[in-house]
Amino acid sequence: MQIQLNGDAVELPDAMTVADLIAHLELTGKRLAVEVNEDIVPRSQHPELTLNEGDRVEVVHAIGGG
Amino acid sequence: MTETAQIQLPEDKPLELAGRTYQSRLLVGTGQYSDLMETGHAIEASGAEIVTVAVRRTNIGQNPDEPNLLDVVNPDTYTILPNTAGCYTAKDAVRTCKLARELLDGHDLVKLEVLGDQKTLYPNMPETLVAAEELIKDGFKVMVYCSDDPLLALRLEEMGCIAVMPLGAPIGSGLGIQNRYNIRLIVENANVPVLVDAGVGTASDAAIAMELGCDGVLMNTAIAKAGDPIKMAHAMRLAIEAGRESYLAGRMPKKLYASASSPIDGTFF
Repeated sequence: MQIQLNGDAVELPDAMTVADLIAHLELTGKRLAVEVNEDIVPRSQHPELTLNEGDRVEVVHAIGGG
Repeated sequence: MTETAQIQLPEDKPLELAGRTYQSRLLVGTGQYSDLMETGHAIEASGAEIVTVAVRRTNIGQNPDEPNLLDVVNPDTYTILPNTAGCYTAKDAVRTCKLARELLDGHDLVKLEVLGDQKTLYPNMPETLVAAEELIKDGFKVMVYCSDDPLLALRLEEMGCIAVMPLGAPIGSGLGIQNRYNIRLIVENANVPVLVDAGVGTASDAAIAMELGCDGVLMNTAIAKAGDPIKMAHAMRLAIEAGRESYLAGRMPKKLYASASSPIDGTFF
């Protein structure tokens, strides 16, 4: 399936969960937040929420800012 | 000298925000430093307890072991204040705050800023009001970057913002407090902390903000882009303390003409 990940089209195996995606990106355990189709996905739901074709996923973190 | 050292100065009450108290009245940003080590050292030298961060996309596929800002600015040590920098609409600002709350395990203190245009980064007040209302309804504690309009500052307070943060001058300009009169009016009317956010260029600007009665100052570029950021961070700490004490002490009245400090009586010439 194809999703939009941080604005880029990415090909992923079907039926991946958010937790699977984070592991796939080697970001497990990092301090980040995930949004799918502009809805926050709480950390507790990462292993449960399955991604679908065309989902718009944002993975964000804290960086320097004023 | 020993006698003056024994004088007990009355203690200032600490800055209170969202139920927490802070000894430092200087809030600092974490942008524009040359590296994370410099960021950490400057924050330490500033004595700040509240530190702003931005929320941005994680770089996918680029060195996952890259050090993270929150490793340097530990949320257990510092109060992290996520901002909505770069947002030009209420919708984007609200979305950013929700991501920040998730990122910081439910921490709901945010710095709301909705910008008007890229040239001035002046606050877009209509969008700011819309975003503030939505965020407050959703349980956020909103510290709001705003124009120095006394009526709008009061409006934001009445809506439930926990602090109002008028600009002294455009973000990153270092021009200093451009309208002291308005800042003074905002301070006089406010029942929530007033912090000057943006515009400070050097230590005297920070002292002026505090002498006007502000409860604190938030700055980033003035420290990060100084010749020696760590030294400037410390200078800002001193300026904030000096300005605050000067405000509490109450300045002498201004006079148009001279008034001799030494007595005229007893002159022998």
